[in-house]
Amino acid sequence: MTSANHRWRRFKNGLMQSVTLTCAILVIAPLVLVFSHLITSGIGAVNWDFFTKLPKPVGETGGGMANAIVGTVVLLGIASLVGVPVGVLGGVYLSEYSFSRLNVWIRFAADVLNGVPSIIWGMVVYALVVLPMKGFSAWAGGIVLGMMMIPLITRTTEEVLQLVPNGYREAALALGIAQWRTIIQIVVRTALKGIATGVLLSLARVAGETAPLLFTALGNSNWNRNLSDPITALPLQIFSYAISPYDDWHRQAWAGALVLLLLITFINVGVRVLTRDRFQQSTR
Amino acid sequence: MSLTMTTGEETNSPAARPEPGSVPVRAGAPTARDAAAAPRTAVPALAIWRLSVYFGANQVLKKVSLEIEARAVTAIIGPSGCGKSTFLRSINRMHELVPEARMEGEIRLFGQDIYSRQVEPVVVRRRVGMVFQKSNPFPTMSIADNVTVGLRLNGVRTRSVMAALWDEVKDRLNAPAISLSGGQQQRLCIARALAVQPEVLLMDEPASALDPLATAKIEDLILELKKDFTIVIVTHNMQQAARISDFTAFLYLGELVEFDVTRKIFTSPARKQTEDYVTGRFG
Repeated sequence: MTSANHRWRRFKNGLMQSVTLTCAILVIAPLVLVFSHLITSGIGAVNWDFFTKLPKPVGETGGGMANAIVGTVVLLGIASLVGVPVGVLGGVYLSEYSFSRLNVWIRFAADVLNGVPSIIWGMVVYALVVLPMKGFSAWAGGIVLGMMMIPLITRTTEEVLQLVPNGYREAALALGIAQWRTIIQIVVRTALKGIATGVLLSLARVAGETAPLLFTALGNSNWNRNLSDPITALPLQIFSYAISPYDDWHRQAWAGALVLLLLITFINVGVRVLTRDRFQQSTR
Repeated sequence: MSLTMTTGEETNSPAARPEPGSVPVRAGAPTARDAAAAPRTAVPALAIWRLSVYFGANQVLKKVSLEIEARAVTAIIGPSGCGKSTFLRSINRMHELVPEARMEGEIRLFGQDIYSRQVEPVVVRRRVGMVFQKSNPFPTMSIADNVTVGLRLNGVRTRSVMAALWDEVKDRLNAPAISLSGGQQQRLCIARALAVQPEVLLMDEPASALDPLATAKIEDLILELKKDFTIVIVTHNMQQAARISDFTAFLYLGELVEFDVTRKIFTSPARKQTEDYVTGRFG
């Protein structure tokens, strides 16, 4: 082996290393760019009023997005009522009754539904809920987000339940514990953090949805006092402010985007905390 | 090691057991009786008659018949894949967890057909407990909760439970069960199985993953337990079978080759195949 050969190999090694490093930086660059841009553009409009005041009419400066922040929380609450029970129980069926021939199709359907564009979800719920109720409503907005959560939660629940060692199921069944109790008290309890992680991730995913809410929740420049009336949410408010011609509304749209991104980041941090605990437990 | 159990309620009342006369006597079924080991009960704990188990098209057990004496240790030995575990799991109907499993023949637990249409697997499993090769305490529960789980989830209130490793864990009953050592975890699993007061305890290679010291403790425990329970143990370790069992069954390729008192199996077996296996010439 000559030293020239050696140098050439070292050069190739260094070259490839820097290429992969560049690509790795490109992966996180958008996140850094988005965060820095949102902070510089939005931080100026984030103040106490932003969190406590209603939007001001056109032409008046000031006001806030209190109704949109509460609206997002309300919509996510309704979505959880719809999505969590159906999604978790569906995942339990897929994992714990895995001999069913139906499962291949359920899994396939869930994967396809995960890829359905969100605006199509909005149109479906417009036809199923908005038209029969004769109006846009918080219910319709919550239902569409909940329906979008179902396939996500189902698949993650199934996956984390599959990670529960079979020995626990056998131990419980061998004690004469009925299967439904085994599933709830042993299997689901063991995987609870993983299931919670899946729920949080699905919430983070739908919290930023705008298109389906245009067809269902519609938006509201005032407080929603009845869930059968239209409601606004952060993404909706950002959308309507961003396409407006007013500079003050643009500033508030930036602030809303920053708050929304922070909300989703907090959910993701919560997910990290949950999963870190789970790994610690498994390695103990 | 002391073994004392106090539970809020007696789960298996002796009155529920069938009368001794109700067991049919089968011609041709090998019995474990001989002068050296006089039977202490009239009814065998388990009467297994022409048991065949299939997984799909694969026949794992072939017309196995034997009677297992109450309050004694019966060891099942044989090379890997001979159907030992399947035999054990068919006694508490755990093999039914495999969807394509089916069985033929008959198993009577103190005279009662456990595969009869009226008997639910859940009820069989409360009367026939099981300990697995790999200790599997529930990771979300404390030591105390692990022991009482079988009672709690079967709807029995527990006031206090003292278990097989009481002396070692009494100061940390609320510690997570997975903080125990491997041998302690396995004894916890035995305590958990015993807390529901089964009549028979099945053990599937309970010490094969443990060091010699922990294994010795498990073996001591088994000898202690046979005063109150009928024990069927599958083991790869022939010295272990010789040390702790009263009767030994040798299975090979799904068939029962020989079943006799343990001393006879290891000193003067009737079949050459058995002798070759226990002397280590094959298997």
